[in-house]
Amino acid sequence: MMKINLNDKILMLIVTVVVLLAPFILQPFAEGTALAQFNAGYPDLLQRIVIFGIFAIGFNILFGLTGYLSFGHAAFLGVGSYSAVWMFKLLSMNVIPGILLAIVTSGLFALLIGWISLRRSGIYFSILTLAFAQMSYNLAYSVLTQFTNGETGLQIRLSDPRVLDGAATNGTLPSTNILPPSLVNGFEMRDTYQLHLGNWLFQFNTGYYVTAVILILAFYLSLRIFRSPFGLMLRAVKTNQTRLNYTGINTRPYTLAAFVISGMYAGLAGGLLAAMDPLAGAERMQWTVGGEVVLMTILGGAGTLIGPVLGAGFIKYFENIFSKINDTVLHHWFSFLPDGLQNFAVDLIHPFVGKGWQLTLGLIFMAVVIFLPGGLVEGSQKLAGLFRRRTKKTGGGPDEQHHPKTTPHVAE
Amino acid sequence: MSKSILTRRGLLKTGAIAGAGLAMPLVFSKGAAAYTNEPKGGSVTLGFNVPQSGPYADEGGDELRAYKLAVEHLNGGGDGGMLNTFSSKALKGNGILGKKVQFVTGDTQTKSDAARASAKSMIEKDGAIMITGGSSSGVAIATQGLCQDAGVIFMAGLTHSNDTTGKDKKANGFRHFFNAYMSAAALGPVLSSAYGKDRKFYMLTADYTWGWTQAASMKAFLEHEGWTMVKDVRTPLATTDFSSYIAPVLNSGADVLILNHYGGNMVNSLTNAVNFGLRDKTVNGKNFEIVVPLYSRLMAKGAGANVKGILGSTNWHWSLQDAGTKAFVKSFGTKYGFPPSQAAHTVYCQTLLYADACERAGTFNPCGVGEALQGFQFDGLGNGPVLYRAADHQCFKDVLVVRGKENPSSEFDLLEVVQKTPVDKVTYKPDNPFFKGGALGQCNPGA
Repeated sequence: MMKINLNDKILMLIVTVVVLLAPFILQPFAEGTALAQFNAGYPDLLQRIVIFGIFAIGFNILFGLTGYLSFGHAAFLGVGSYSAVWMFKLLSMNVIPGILLAIVTSGLFALLIGWISLRRSGIYFSILTLAFAQMSYNLAYSVLTQFTNGETGLQIRLSDPRVLDGAATNGTLPSTNILPPSLVNGFEMRDTYQLHLGNWLFQFNTGYYVTAVILILAFYLSLRIFRSPFGLMLRAVKTNQTRLNYTGINTRPYTLAAFVISGMYAGLAGGLLAAMDPLAGAERMQWTVGGEVVLMTILGGAGTLIGPVLGAGFIKYFENIFSKINDTVLHHWFSFLPDGLQNFAVDLIHPFVGKGWQLTLGLIFMAVVIFLPGGLVEGSQKLAGLFRRRTKKTGGGPDEQHHPKTTPHVAE
Repeated sequence: MSKSILTRRGLLKTGAIAGAGLAMPLVFSKGAAAYTNEPKGGSVTLGFNVPQSGPYADEGGDELRAYKLAVEHLNGGGDGGMLNTFSSKALKGNGILGKKVQFVTGDTQTKSDAARASAKSMIEKDGAIMITGGSSSGVAIATQGLCQDAGVIFMAGLTHSNDTTGKDKKANGFRHFFNAYMSAAALGPVLSSAYGKDRKFYMLTADYTWGWTQAASMKAFLEHEGWTMVKDVRTPLATTDFSSYIAPVLNSGADVLILNHYGGNMVNSLTNAVNFGLRDKTVNGKNFEIVVPLYSRLMAKGAGANVKGILGSTNWHWSLQDAGTKAFVKSFGTKYGFPPSQAAHTVYCQTLLYADACERAGTFNPCGVGEALQGFQFDGLGNGPVLYRAADHQCFKDVLVVRGKENPSSEFDLLEVVQKTPVDKVTYKPDNPFFKGGALGQCNPGA
C-alpha cells in the first residue's frame, strides 16, 4: 500500500500555512510607496489565484497523470458557474448548495463528454474536447439564452424566488454567504476585515478563506489520488497504454474516472467563482480559458503536486498586476531620469506591460518550456539542489528534512 | 490500518488549521469607514473602466481621452471646458470637495467577466470611490451590478440598452446616455417620412442585451408606422465578417436593412452590405435602404464613404452650436487634435455630473451622491436642458437624428443633423413595457 510519507506531510503543511497567510505574504510593500503597485494581497486577486489553483489541480489529475491533454475544461468551469448562480437564484444565497450542484452537474457533463472523447487518444482527444468546449460556449452564448442570459451573463435579481431565504425585505440585493446573516454576521463572501500595521494594510476576506479551505482540501484529495493505486494506474496509462491493453487491462474506466474527477474540480472552481461574484458569463467557457489552465499546469510543472497551483498564481498575478502598469506609472518610476532618457526607458518597457502583459508572459512561458521542462517546480528543485550541495560542502546542517523533496514522477 | 490513522490525523490537523483560519478574521474589526473607500487623504480616486480591446476599442480609447480631460478640468487645469457652461456652479476647479482627483484605468476587453474583475480590483486595490465606463451594455449592466454590491457609484458610459435603466436598473447606477427606445421613437417618424409608409424591413442584430432591446424597440415603432418585419437575425458580438448574414437579405423580399450593430460590428456589416450592392438595388419598386439606429462619428469614420446618406440617431454631435458643445469641442480639440465622439461626450458629462453631485451633497457617500443626482435638472452640457429622472436614473434630453454627409468638408465632418427630436417625443413612463420588471432597490454605501 502506498501511504503519505513525511515529505508529503511537510508539503501539505507548507501549502496550508502559505495559503492561510497569503494576505500577508502577497502584501509585502507599504501603502503609498511606488512598489505598492506589486502588492497582490487584495481579496479579488487572492480569490482568483486560489480558485484557478483548484481548477489547475483538477486539470493536473487528468493531464499530469494520464497525459490526456484536454482543451475543453473551460466548459466544466462554465457549467459549474451557471449551476451555482441558478442555485443562488432559486434556492438560497448560501454558497454550499450552489457549489455542490456545480460539482454534480459538471461531473455529469464530464461523464458525457469524457465517454465520447476518450474513445480517441492523443491529438484526436484534444480536438474532440476543444470541439465540445466551443460547442458549449456557443450554446451558452446564443442558443440557450433563457438559461444563460447570453453575452450579458446570468445575474441575480431582486425578483428571484430564493425559496429558502424568503423575499428580500429592504430592497437590496442579497450577497452570497456561508452562514446566513440572519443567524450570524460576518460570513458573507464580501465581508473584509482590515488590519493596519504601520503603513501596511492587510485585508482578510471571508470569501478568500472559504476558497482557501476548499483549496487545501482539494490539494489533499489530489495528494491522496497521486499516492493511490488508482494514481499508479493512471501513470501507467501515460507511460504505455498499449502495453496495458495487451496485458488485458481495460484502461477506459480509469481514464474516464480521471476525466470526471478533473471535470468536477473544474466545476468546483466555476461554482466558487460564482460564489465570490454571483455572475456567470459565457466567455468563461471560451477555449482561451481552457488554454489558460493548460498553460498554468505546464508553467508550474505538469504531473507535480504543487506545480499547477504555482502556475495558476503566477499567471493570475501577471494578468492582474502587470496589466495595470500603464504609461503614467512608468513615467513615475523613471522620473529620476532626464526627460529624453525617461521617454526612452518608458518606450522600451511599454510593450511588455499594461496591455502587453501577455507578451511578457509568453516570453516567460517559452523560457520555462525550453530551459525548465518540468516547470517552476523543476526550477525551484534545481535551486534547492544547488543550495544543498553548497551547504554540504561547507558541512551544513541536516537540511534534507526541511525542504520539500523532489516529488517523484515529474512529467517526462 | 496505519493508513486510516494517518488520514484521521491529517484530517484533524487540516480541520484545526482551517478552523483557526476561519476564526482569524473575527479577531480584527471591520474598517471604520462610513462607506466603501471613504477618501481619507488629500486625493480621491476614480476608476475608468473602458474597452481597450475588442469590437468597441475605438470608443473606449476616445472615452479614456475624455476622462483624462475631465480630470484635468476638475483639478483646475486646461481651459475648464464645460465647467464654464454647466448650469450648476458648485465645482470650483479645485478637485472634488477640495480633494485632488486621481484616476486608475482598466481594460474591460468588451467582456462582462473581465470588466467585473477589473472593476473589482479598482475598488479593492486602488480604492476607487466611483466606477465609470463600460462600452457595451452587457459590460455596463454587469459592472453596475457589481458596484451596487460593493457600495460605490456607477456612472454608466456608452450603454444604449433599455435594460441598463430598465429591468437591470440599480440604485447605485446612473446613465446620461440615451437608450434604444428613444432612438426608435425619434427614428420611426423620420424613416416613414423619408422612405414611405409601406416598407418591409430586415434586421441584423448584435446578440446581447443592447441588440435585443434595440431590435424590439425598432420593431415596435416601425410597425406603428405601418412597416412590416421580414426577419430579425442575431449575430454574435465577436463576428467580424458579416457576408454570410448579408447574402440572405438579397432574396428575402425586404427593401430596408436595419443594422442593430455598433462600433466595429457596424463598420464591418455596413461595408459588407455595401459591397454586396444592396444600396444600388431596387426591391418591390423601391430603392433599397440601410438604416443604422445608433450612429457615431467614429463608426462613420471607420465605414468611410459607405455611410453617405444613411440615417441613424445619436446622443450628441460635435457640430452642434450651443455654448457647452463649443467649449467641449474646443478644449478636446486643443488637447488631442480632433473633435470628440459622442462616447467621449457622455463620459465627460458623467464625470462632471458625479463631481458636481458630490459637491452639492457635501460628501462622497454613494447614498448622498445618489440623492443629489436624482431629479437633478441641468443645462449647458451640450444637450440643452436635461433631467436625471429619479424613478430610473435615466437622463431625458433631445435626441439627434443624423445622416451620413454626401459631401464631407473634412475627415471629421461626416454626419449632418437632420432633426432634433424634442425630449417630450421620446419620454416614456418608468413602467413602460420596454423597461418594466426591475427595481432600483436601496442605495448601498457598502462598508
